[in-house]
Amino acid sequence: MSEERFDAIVVGAGPAGSVAAYCMAKAGLEVLLIERGDAPGAKNMTGGRLYGHSLHKILPNFWEEAPVERKVTRETVTFMTGETAVSLDVKSEKWNETPSFTVLRSEFDAWLASKAEEAGAMLAAGVKVDELIMENGKVIGVRCDEDEMLANVVIAADGVNSLLAQKAGIRGELLAKHVAVGAKEVIELPTEVIENRFNLTGDTGAAQLFVGECTRGLQGGGFIYTNKNTVSLGLVITAEEFAHTEHRLIDLIEEFKMHPAIQPLIEGGKVVEYSGHLVPEGGLSMMPPLVNDGLLIVGDAAGLVLNTGYMVRGMDLAIASGEAAAKAVIAAKVKEDYSKQGLASYQTDLESSFVLQDLKTYAKAPSFMENKRIFGHYPFFVEEMMVNLFKVNKAPAKPIMKETWSTIKRYGGLMQLAKDAWKGVSAL
Amino acid sequence: MRKLSIEERLGTTKFSVDEGMPHIVLDKSICASCKTKACVKACPAGLYQVQGDAVSFDFAGCLECGTCRVVCLPKGLKWEYPRGTFGVEFRYG
Repeated sequence: MSEERFDAIVVGAGPAGSVAAYCMAKAGLEVLLIERGDAPGAKNMTGGRLYGHSLHKILPNFWEEAPVERKVTRETVTFMTGETAVSLDVKSEKWNETPSFTVLRSEFDAWLASKAEEAGAMLAAGVKVDELIMENGKVIGVRCDEDEMLANVVIAADGVNSLLAQKAGIRGELLAKHVAVGAKEVIELPTEVIENRFNLTGDTGAAQLFVGECTRGLQGGGFIYTNKNTVSLGLVITAEEFAHTEHRLIDLIEEFKMHPAIQPLIEGGKVVEYSGHLVPEGGLSMMPPLVNDGLLIVGDAAGLVLNTGYMVRGMDLAIASGEAAAKAVIAAKVKEDYSKQGLASYQTDLESSFVLQDLKTYAKAPSFMENKRIFGHYPFFVEEMMVNLFKVNKAPAKPIMKETWSTIKRYGGLMQLAKDAWKGVSAL
Repeated sequence: MRKLSIEERLGTTKFSVDEGMPHIVLDKSICASCKTKACVKACPAGLYQVQGDAVSFDFAGCLECGTCRVVCLPKGLKWEYPRGTFGVEFRYG
């Protein structure tokens, strides 16, 4: 057993873990940051986009130095059927005050972990933590193979599967309805081709989410994010759906690429990496106890992801949780109380910040998303409305109201539409 | 751009396979009696394949997402992360 006892051991050098380690090290604490990948970022992937506000608070204007890809100035949400794509497309410079960035995690996470190292945290990469060491119900360290490392507090930043908390009996099994499985292809294209196809200039970028045929009506959606000289394209589908379908995720993503609205965007591109990941989407209903004796849980491990259908957030919540956890440990060190009570400010800090407030605001979103009509029904409704609106043939035109009314009737009637719309508005 | 087979796609991803040390182990009798076989449809690496009633599986190519662990309701598999430094290594992520 090592004689050294750290103030804190952070398991996992993703955004939550590295930020926690950075903040604690900066305050002078002895911090060990453990990462099972060969280097930080090697095991991590995202869709993805990082909303910058929470990291900007810790590292002002981080984007000037961090390996971010593009600043998102174009947002698109697309309803998709087999032949049609109907989009809401917004291009604006007004998001510049609190910008969001497309990122690739291998490079980004390595950079963020290097900030923690520069601040004085010790990084141990290529080391897998097997379990938490408990003593009288309190977490006192971690076991890696034969080695035991001790600390006053352990921060579990070990990602969505969060095996550490599960093995220690602090949380139950993940439920298939609470997680979504994502698959992604990184597709290489020349920078100028990306800029032309997505109507971008300089370092600006586009984010596009898709609902409908891309998941064959299964709960989930598709995405495209533009990077500097690659495009990230993928699907995310609620894991539970695969118990009741014959579709395979590996086929759906290739069919998504072939859609007439997608194909021209990626034509001539070369797939340079394929990846997969689980996304915690159950919100508050899947959240483990965040504060325990000698243990705090942060980031994906804590289920801190928001999916509203038109917006997916995880890393900004993870970063804020890492910062809040660090503050709690710093305060606990002053009192020398690392018990649940001594660390309780982590919970109250998250409750008073956007992290838990936003999760509460959108608490009904996960169950609203279970409404099958969103994914299998309304994309066709939108298609019919829009195709009719722009259709010209030899048949005499019908007044828009009449045409619309008949479409609404065919898709379940006004009451059903109004009910779903109301549920949507009150959940989001 | 054409569709790629899952083998072609996994060929773009870097792996350091821990030969002889599978981090996921199936209980073949449980898999054989499972009607749902959600793993076959959900695994983003397509590593689970139906063979009659049985399920064949190869841990090389695992993206370490944990999906199979979550969708396997009959608890037919033991799941761990690979040992440190082994497994998938994203160059983009």
